[in-house]
Amino acid sequence: MFKNNETAEIGRNKMLKKHIKNTVAIIAAATSFASIASAEINGPVNYIIPFGPGGESDISARLQQPFFKDKFGEDMVVSYQPGGGGAVGWASLNGLNGDGQTIMGVNLPHIIIKPAQKNVGFKTDDLNTFYMFHYTPDAIVVTADSPYQTLADLVADAKANPGQVTMSGSGKASANHLAQIKFDKLAGTLTTYVPFKGTGAAVTALLGKQTVAEWGYTTVGAKQGDAVRMLAVAMENRHPLFPDVPTFKELGYDMTGGAYRGIALPNSASAETTKMWSDMIAEINTDPAFQKKMLDGGFAMLDVDSAGMKDFMAARVEEYLKDAREAGLIK
Amino acid sequence: MEFSHFLSAMTPFNIALALFGVVAGTVIGSIPGLTATMALAVLVPITFSMDPASALILLGAIYTGAIYGGAYAAILLNTPGTPSAIATTFDGYPMAKRGDGDLAVALACFSSVFGGMVGAIALLLLAPPLSKVALAFGPVEYFWLSIFGLSLIASLSNGNLMKGLAGGAFGMILSTVGVAEISADIRLTFGSQVMIGGFGVVGALIGLYCIPVLIDLVATPERHLKVEENVKSVRISEAFKIAMRSKFNLIRSSVVGTLVGILPGAGGSVAGLVAYSEAKRTGKDHQKFGEGEPDGIIATESANSATVGGGFIPTLVLGIPGTPPDAIVLGALLVQGVRTGPAMFSQSGSIVYTFIYGLIIATILMLPAGLLIGRYAYKSIVTIPKAVLVPTVGFMTIIGTFAIRNSVSDVIIMLCLGVFGWLIARFGFAASPIVLGLILGPIAEQGFVQGWTIGAATNNLIGMFFGRPISQAIIAFTLMTLILPIYLAYKKQPHKEV
Repeated sequence: MFKNNETAEIGRNKMLKKHIKNTVAIIAAATSFASIASAEINGPVNYIIPFGPGGESDISARLQQPFFKDKFGEDMVVSYQPGGGGAVGWASLNGLNGDGQTIMGVNLPHIIIKPAQKNVGFKTDDLNTFYMFHYTPDAIVVTADSPYQTLADLVADAKANPGQVTMSGSGKASANHLAQIKFDKLAGTLTTYVPFKGTGAAVTALLGKQTVAEWGYTTVGAKQGDAVRMLAVAMENRHPLFPDVPTFKELGYDMTGGAYRGIALPNSASAETTKMWSDMIAEINTDPAFQKKMLDGGFAMLDVDSAGMKDFMAARVEEYLKDAREAGLIK
Repeated sequence: MEFSHFLSAMTPFNIALALFGVVAGTVIGSIPGLTATMALAVLVPITFSMDPASALILLGAIYTGAIYGGAYAAILLNTPGTPSAIATTFDGYPMAKRGDGDLAVALACFSSVFGGMVGAIALLLLAPPLSKVALAFGPVEYFWLSIFGLSLIASLSNGNLMKGLAGGAFGMILSTVGVAEISADIRLTFGSQVMIGGFGVVGALIGLYCIPVLIDLVATPERHLKVEENVKSVRISEAFKIAMRSKFNLIRSSVVGTLVGILPGAGGSVAGLVAYSEAKRTGKDHQKFGEGEPDGIIATESANSATVGGGFIPTLVLGIPGTPPDAIVLGALLVQGVRTGPAMFSQSGSIVYTFIYGLIIATILMLPAGLLIGRYAYKSIVTIPKAVLVPTVGFMTIIGTFAIRNSVSDVIIMLCLGVFGWLIARFGFAASPIVLGLILGPIAEQGFVQGWTIGAATNNLIGMFFGRPISQAIIAFTLMTLILPIYLAYKKQPHKEV
């Protein structure tokens, strides 16, 4: 159920299989809807992003928007509900109407780490996440004129000057921060992590040479183009947009992952509504035109539907909590 | 070559879009709580079916209009319609109270058009070099900029320095409530879920500025705004004359606005405040800032409108949004398949230049549209009886606050702050220092933490905070702003008890 469509070839094969599977699923769903006739969308759908505009969550929602309208004939209205690093939105989700007209973006590791730190008004299990549709793989980014040509250069500098290699990133106890801690451990280095408010600010700090490197995502490489160089990406295989950038695994560091993004319904939504939404997002995700836009933006596709969510989340919870506990971010 | 882009921006369809955008933006911006960000977020899907340049023109026009529209509520209701208009309340509302509301609205329109043009022309001619300003500003510079902003409290509080500073400190404490932006700590919520999102700036603006006005309206028998017996039919020419007389103020404030707009994370509210304090610092003795001085409106409105063009500079050149509305425009471009970032000017030059000319056209259209809507807004606020005005505005404050993020907590916080603001106003505490603290607190905190982290890692803390040229310049300005009021008070001592 959980597949990373990492390279173009594998992606295409899986897509084909998935497409067939999905077609079957949609036919099956259509027939079951005909008999149950309860789950359908009526009018515009409210898609809440629990952050401000411009981040990866917003961009990927904006990319879904026209495909949703095209396939299902209704508008998808994106709105922002920032606050508490997403907590304000997620704490309010289950109080909203579960009729399927309102959905909300969810992010990993946020929805796992935050409730583990303190009471933030929601628990990881409270969220009715029905689909994980992409992730942004972790990546180390430097400016184009940086002396670090390869990851080995950075590691050598960090070993020679412990603590002096500064790396910007988005937020604390975030995907970037966890990646920094994990990599330091794998490489036996000591770098200094400087948290910024969002990826945009972290990239600005990098471009302005306030820090010597950035813990970012492949999306940064896609957006900044020739202005930056990625030293490694945390994927199983290389990203199709960056065939020249090695993976951490190739370089001997067992590191894959990043920030995962999905969508949730209020938990009052019926099983049929949840299934309907899972199928709709799956249909958008299998559209080659949508996939191309996502990959061009530096995202990596991911397909975890409502049936596979429980196993996926259980695995991520274990992984993230272990990392965060070892890093001293949670008790 | 560039002329052809001008022609492609001048198609009837694009002009119609620009006009529609400006009008819609002005109306939305004039309603407290409805911000430019919100307007753009809702309207982005409309642009998917357009070509990228037209889409950008529409979005840019809405944005420009909304920043101007924020001035109406600031002048007529003492409530900034958008955070950018905070400093417009300082002189705008006193002007309206004494019966010069129509003049103030017309002045705001002229200043906004001028500032908008300066910002747009800077975007057209100087975008690539100016984008370097965004990169030159590191954490420490943001820290000092916010300290500079806080020092404005000294010059804004007109003799009530201690009360001003107390308000600023209180605002900074409020800004730390909730989940911290970069450290992710949860602070000062006392275990309550109501406070976890912290004190939003827009909600606080509505509460601290608008609610006290409403309470006073109900508590006093007088009319809301004084109306001249024989209303002069046209005050546009009068406004134009004043604006021309203050051309240096206009130019200086527009340049300040453009530069502050380029800094991601600063925004229109900071631009307006910096321009206001500069206008006040360089103002002549007879000018009474804070009591209805036209130059105050000129400074803030030209500066905040200039941030629109300024903010697009890092957005289009670096792919780094200068303000939240810019972030939405960036997203819309991505959906259109336009690659933003360093390659955009070279690869999608025709889209960029058509858009910039479109923005200029929209700014020019704002002149007739703004004056017309402004007159209408003024007339309706003046003529509506109190019994209708108060419930209408009261209703709007609640809807507006709720709409920010569909949160009932925000409404409760807004109302509490409002009553609190009214109470402390009895004791001479103003709302502005609190809001300043609320806006600048997080910028100062983040800049300090980041600067300290980097400085400590590189064993160069002193050099980090005091050795960088831009920081030194901002520190010098700060000292000047702090010392000036003390000097003036000293000079005036024989005449006035301190």
